[in-house]
Amino acid sequence: MGSGRTPSQTIGPFFHDALLDKDRSELVPPDHPEAIRIVGTVYDSAGDPVPDAMVEIWHADRAGRYDHENFSGFGRSDTVDGGSFSFVTVKPGPVAGPDGEMQAPHVMVSVFARGLLKRVVTRIYFPDEGEANASDPVLSFMEDAAFRETLIARDEGDALRFDIRLQGENQTAFFEL
Amino acid sequence: MKEMREQSPGGVVGSRRGDPPYLAPDYVATRLRAPKEPLIILPSTLSDTTGPAYGRAPVGELDNDLTRQHEGEPLGERIIVHGRVTDGDGRPVRGSLIEVWQANAAGRYTHHLDRHPAPLDSNFSGAGRCLTDDEGRYRFVTVKPGAYPWKNHHNAWRPAHIHFSLFGEAFRSRLITQMYFPGDPLFWQDPIFNSVRDEKARQRLISSFDLETTVPEWALAYRFDIVLEGRRATPMEDH
Ligand SMILES: [Fe+3]
Repeated sequence: MGSGRTPSQTIGPFFHDALLDKDRSELVPPDHPEAIRIVGTVYDSAGDPVPDAMVEIWHADRAGRYDHENFSGFGRSDTVDGGSFSFVTVKPGPVAGPDGEMQAPHVMVSVFARGLLKRVVTRIYFPDEGEANASDPVLSFMEDAAFRETLIARDEGDALRFDIRLQGENQTAFFEL
Repeated sequence: MKEMREQSPGGVVGSRRGDPPYLAPDYVATRLRAPKEPLIILPSTLSDTTGPAYGRAPVGELDNDLTRQHEGEPLGERIIVHGRVTDGDGRPVRGSLIEVWQANAAGRYTHHLDRHPAPLDSNFSGAGRCLTDDEGRYRFVTVKPGAYPWKNHHNAWRPAHIHFSLFGEAFRSRLITQMYFPGDPLFWQDPIFNSVRDEKARQRLISSFDLETTVPEWALAYRFDIVLEGRRATPMEDH
């Protein structure tokens, strides 16, 4: 308790006009030659979509650098479209990990919603990075293969799908920072 | 990866920071949404010790004055809300974006899903933003929000509050919280306020009346200081 940090409170249901007044879901234009689309749905434990969440992403550029020149690396999406969110961005490069070893390319994710007293934090990893994922320090720490699998997006051809299950069967793995 | 371990979702790490647990059954919406699997403790990496640099984000000159966003002035009690944003070591958080939103003086949000039968105010949208200055200070002018009913339990009313969204210096320091007003008679029955189990931490959500900052013949003032997680993780306490 020493730091006296201000506690978290829920975002509540009425944040859209303040936080999503402008579209921040496209980190690069859709016609960018290296644009990828990441889509997903946020679900509750009953399997119902959560239509009042806000999803934020933060990731490195193609060279593994954060907040570099023209690429901010930050995005925001609502889930008013039946619980689903969507981002257009570029795939990040690998980034150094805690002990200097390389981490597989990944996207940091925060989810805020009514009913979440503090955000949940997760990571999106890429399905075409089998080798890098296998040696990633975070993924390889996770012994439960099914739990680890919740962090890897699914390739749907025109988009990568990353569904987020807040609770219940196949709950997404969440992190404490 | 010797630092990595697992942690129950409502457990000691959350309470170390004074955060509420995910599951607070009196707040009904947490029951279907609170994660229950153990959280994985992430060691610091570049991914979370960096964060979006909002110093470059365009913030309009009047964005921090919620009483001057329309033709006329909103109804209600005009107030100044200000404070300082620091990290856990007391260092100012500079040039950092703060976004706020709130109900109007009658307890009604402009949001299309707010069905509370209280009047809208065409001169009040209830959203603002600003950047902290070199000492971590921020200032908003607004009207005092009203309490509002929310159907969580019989006769449930939210105490008056302003929602705050802060970025701080890193992904790690991101915080969304609510500021309350001193002496609110509705605290005792509000499961969101009371989800913060630690008494001292809970008190940190309440602003203080600030006579020195009031402007005579014009506005009362409240001070709300905010402490964010620093760029690096604070050391674990041993239990
Ligand atoms: Fe509210």
